[in-house]
Amino acid sequence: MAKGIKIRAQAKKGVTTVKALMSHPMHTGLRKNKKTGKKIPAHFIQEVKCEHNGNVTMTALWGPAISKNPYLSFKFKGGAKGDSVKVSWVDNKGETSTKEAKIR
Amino acid sequence: MIQSRRTFLKGSLASGAVAVAVGAGLLTPQTVLAAWPKGAFEAKGVDKTMSALFGSSSTADSKDIKIKAPDIAENGAVVPVSVTTGIAGIESISILAASNPSPLTSSFNLGANAEGYVSTRIKVRKTSKVTAVVKAGGKLYAASKDVKVTIGGCGG
Repeated sequence: MAKGIKIRAQAKKGVTTVKALMSHPMHTGLRKNKKTGKKIPAHFIQEVKCEHNGNVTMTALWGPAISKNPYLSFKFKGGAKGDSVKVSWVDNKGETSTKEAKIR
Repeated sequence: MIQSRRTFLKGSLASGAVAVAVGAGLLTPQTVLAAWPKGAFEAKGVDKTMSALFGSSSTADSKDIKIKAPDIAENGAVVPVSVTTGIAGIESISILAASNPSPLTSSFNLGANAEGYVSTRIKVRKTSKVTAVVKAGGKLYAASKDVKVTIGGCGG
């Protein structure tokens, strides 16, 4: 499955900025397939968890109103070069994806 | 009617329990917040959404919340929104788009060392207010920004 996550984490003056780009269709369940006229079932990421060295720094709860191929950015205090940052998501169909990256 | 009352009660009880548990350091936010607030994401109207999510719809306007979003969004399917806040004791940041079928787009629960900043891209159905609600120290603060949408983000 081409459901990757791209992560960039950068430490600067004691604050780490994490940017993540996920690849997901994020169907709302309201849109119709133009050819068949049938509704496309809802399929969206519900929870995104971000960890720094195993500690959860942020949990994002998402609804279907997040854009396709979601982008997420947040900051946290601490974090040094070489630390690991992990981003994982779960969608409403129970699919998951996890990616780990090093702070640079 | 019964349903909404139930979600309201559930929401207020849940948020109370979370605050207590986190305050006592008994539970990490990870385990407490694993449940996705279905009621809040399906609620219609800003007030109902707020009630379902926080157990209260009363917020204080704050100048310490900055929303960065385009004045005119050409494509409502992709509206970049950034929220920055300097409020101390921040617990969560939620982003609501008032005109969407369900206003709640996202809710970010921030850990102890997280800064008051999140950025993402949301869908906005039509021209409306985008509101950021910040929960800090058990209180709710809000700030809004009008976003004009030329092409809707929901529907085909």
